[in-house]
Amino acid sequence: MKMVRKAAGAFVAVAVAMLAMAHSASAQAGFGAPKPWQMNFQEPATPVMAEVVSFHNFLTVLITLISLFVLGLLLYIIWRFNAKANPVPSKNSHNTMLEVVWTVIPITILVIMAIPSFRLLYKADVVPDAAKVREWYGINVAGTIDIKAIGNQWFWSYEYPNERIKFDAFCGVGPIEGACFSQDATPKRPRLLATTESVVVPVNALVRLLTVGQDVIHAWAMPAFGVKIDAVPGRTNHAWFVATREGTYFGQCSELCGQGHGYMPITVEVVSQQRYQQWLTSKRAEMAVKNGTQFAAN
Amino acid sequence: MSSAYGGAHAQDAHAHHGPTGWRRWAYSTNHKDIGTMYLVFACVFGIVGGLISVLIRMELQEPGMQLLAEGDYHQFNVFTTAHGLIMVFFLIMPALIGGFGNWFIPLMIGAPDMAFPRLNNMSFWFMIPSAIMLVGSVFAGDGAGTGWTVYAPLSTSGHSGPAVDMAILSLHLAGASSILSSLNFITTIFNMRAPGMTLHRMPLFVWSQLVTTFLLLLSLPVLAGAITMLLTDRNFGTAFYEAARGGDPILYQHLFWFFGHPEVYVLVLPAFGIVSHVVATFSKKPIFGYLGMAYAMVAIGAVGFVVWAHHMYTAGMSVDTEAYFLAATLVIAVPTGIKIFSWLATMWGGSIEFKTPMLWAVGMIFMFTVGGVTGVVLANSPVTTAFHDTYYVVGHFHYVMAMGALFGIFAGWYYWIGKMSGRQYNETLGKGHFWLTMVGVNLTFFPMHFSGLAGMPRRIPDYPDAFSGWNYVSSIGSYIGFAAALLFVYIAIRTITSGERVGANYWGEGATSLEWTVDSPAPHHTHETMPHVR
Ligand code: HEM
Ligand SMILES: [Cu+2]
Ligand SMILES: [Cu+2]
Repeated sequence: MKMVRKAAGAFVAVAVAMLAMAHSASAQAGFGAPKPWQMNFQEPATPVMAEVVSFHNFLTVLITLISLFVLGLLLYIIWRFNAKANPVPSKNSHNTMLEVVWTVIPITILVIMAIPSFRLLYKADVVPDAAKVREWYGINVAGTIDIKAIGNQWFWSYEYPNERIKFDAFCGVGPIEGACFSQDATPKRPRLLATTESVVVPVNALVRLLTVGQDVIHAWAMPAFGVKIDAVPGRTNHAWFVATREGTYFGQCSELCGQGHGYMPITVEVVSQQRYQQWLTSKRAEMAVKNGTQFAAN
Repeated sequence: MSSAYGGAHAQDAHAHHGPTGWRRWAYSTNHKDIGTMYLVFACVFGIVGGLISVLIRMELQEPGMQLLAEGDYHQFNVFTTAHGLIMVFFLIMPALIGGFGNWFIPLMIGAPDMAFPRLNNMSFWFMIPSAIMLVGSVFAGDGAGTGWTVYAPLSTSGHSGPAVDMAILSLHLAGASSILSSLNFITTIFNMRAPGMTLHRMPLFVWSQLVTTFLLLLSLPVLAGAITMLLTDRNFGTAFYEAARGGDPILYQHLFWFFGHPEVYVLVLPAFGIVSHVVATFSKKPIFGYLGMAYAMVAIGAVGFVVWAHHMYTAGMSVDTEAYFLAATLVIAVPTGIKIFSWLATMWGGSIEFKTPMLWAVGMIFMFTVGGVTGVVLANSPVTTAFHDTYYVVGHFHYVMAMGALFGIFAGWYYWIGKMSGRQYNETLGKGHFWLTMVGVNLTFFPMHFSGLAGMPRRIPDYPDAFSGWNYVSSIGSYIGFAAALLFVYIAIRTITSGERVGANYWGEGATSLEWTVDSPAPHHTHETMPHVR
């Protein structure tokens, strides 16, 4: 048991190291989008996703070894026990010891797998406070922000209830019948990923995300953050993230919501505190200009 | 197991006075004729469902809209919905349960027919209006673009027009058909075994059908209730799933997956049964760990009923609930592992002939392992937060269904076609079919894991350009896979019309269950006097 606990601790260490490496390797801003022929996760931008990546790396090694073990046995059997090589079949059909072994070993592997899995689940799923985040990851949390993401057919609306900000984010530069302009696509604003307005959050802030569906179920997903949470009509779901790296990150709606499902992407910009304050000011001014816009406090 | 059937008597064909011509089929109460009809039905709809999957892959071959017009995105959802429902309800289930189950349960347990022959006829004929309604739903109104899971409220307030109603009624009929078959199979297996064939001597294929039909019997009524509530929400003003009027959309997901997870094992358990027979036959050895094999299936069935919410990790369940479903789901891997290792142990020490059925069985064992281990990854809910509704999940379930269940069907077909038709397939063509399929399905489905890791959501008609590489590979793979399916149709027709004739036990010493004691083709009536099993 103790060993397992230690192994779980090692995961966190590896994850944090990986995150640090990712940061120092590229001092420039993060860019959370898929790359051509990509075969693995996007680079993590939150400590939780870094843990998911390292846990998944462990799982991948494990399942590859298991698959290769089965393949190896099959190939050996094919070579050794084909009718030419072994004309007379044996008649063995029982071996209690063997049966116990191939029950007990998988159970052991699963227990070893389950422990870090549970720990990560409880971390990732329950919204922590700043003290917890510091304890887990040594991050000095720069404030707490609540954001409400509302899934609509087929765009996301966002509210920052404490900042009295509210806006819609469409695919590309404007909505046309649930479709999305692609003429303005650039490498920095990829087709089907960039939105008209971005969600802006300060780096190292604890973001508490609430989701709700306006019409049908949608899902707010951000691969680099390790966040995916359904936006369901009539209930409020929650998720959280602390993005430790400035940059632009993209995600897509991840629950089938009708014909425009592929056309309601999500863009998050992680910026410095200072830029965040500037953004808030300009956004509030914009809201004031459009004084027809009513703010609904939840 | 092997010697258990030593004392069985072969049955002679005897004159048959039933109806002939079209009446023989339409009015049929004969398990073999009904099984044949199910197999033909599955083959037809397998091609239809396969064709739709080719349309899906043509659309996804490159970024941008390919096959469909810009703006015609709903049609894409109609394709994926129809593809999923057809493959599950009109290919795999009719082939494995209606087809091979009908043909071989009575033959293997020494019964003259099913317990309720007329019910059996009804089960089959329910499938025809069911299929017509489903295919019709593609063309009615805008078509049903809900996904095979038919989640509310997209399927209620999100879809007007008759298409979704037709799809729901189609599922009702297919479900009723399966419930009736299940009653029939369970009764037959419990009450009509030949003297001496205790449950613990029953062939593993029959065990697999027994567990499967129990799963169906217990899970389908829940699906029927769930989709009936969809129907009344849509048409009669109820609000079971409408949050604004006190309903709950998540309730639908619980009910659907309470059916849905046992259903995925319904699809693969009969394939387990077939693979056990094929592996034992071609290794010329009795199955290793027979009791463990039987009870592993029972365990998979039982645990399969308490893991359903691993499909709902992102729906917003409480963390303790998620932790429970995580643990329960991991447990399923244990009996699944027992199956795999017991097959390997059966082959160990054997004198193995790699005829076509054995190739499919060995292919199934390895491909199912790959799908099983990605299932174990997906059981871990923190990881599945990243994977849910991405192509990684699509990769996972095609490895277990398109390679697990479908390879099982092909293993069974090549193994038994001589028994069913009296004519043998062509070995070279059969092997060619296997290898072509192997190349096709692996090219199609393996890259999907990469797309999913990179974050590509499922059920989208167009995707960010960076996903194009692996999608292109998948599309090419699917064309190869479909070519292999067409090759199979050719092989099947050629076998039935001009295959070489075979005798009662054309596989020789390894084939020991009771169906090998009757002539090939199996006469219209078999086991009219009970065989005795020592
Ligand atoms: C070791 C055994 C298995 C485990 C642990 C497992 C686990 C899972 C999990 C956790 C998911 C949910 C993924 C998600 O949507 O986020 C899933 C999806 C799925 N699995 Fe498996 N699975 C196993 C075997 C099978 C088998 C044998 C089949 C069918 C023959 C199957 C068919 C499916 C299907 C169809 C889905 C996707 C359903 C959908 O969302 O449309 N799985 N599996
Ligand atoms: Cu969506
Ligand atoms: Cu499941």
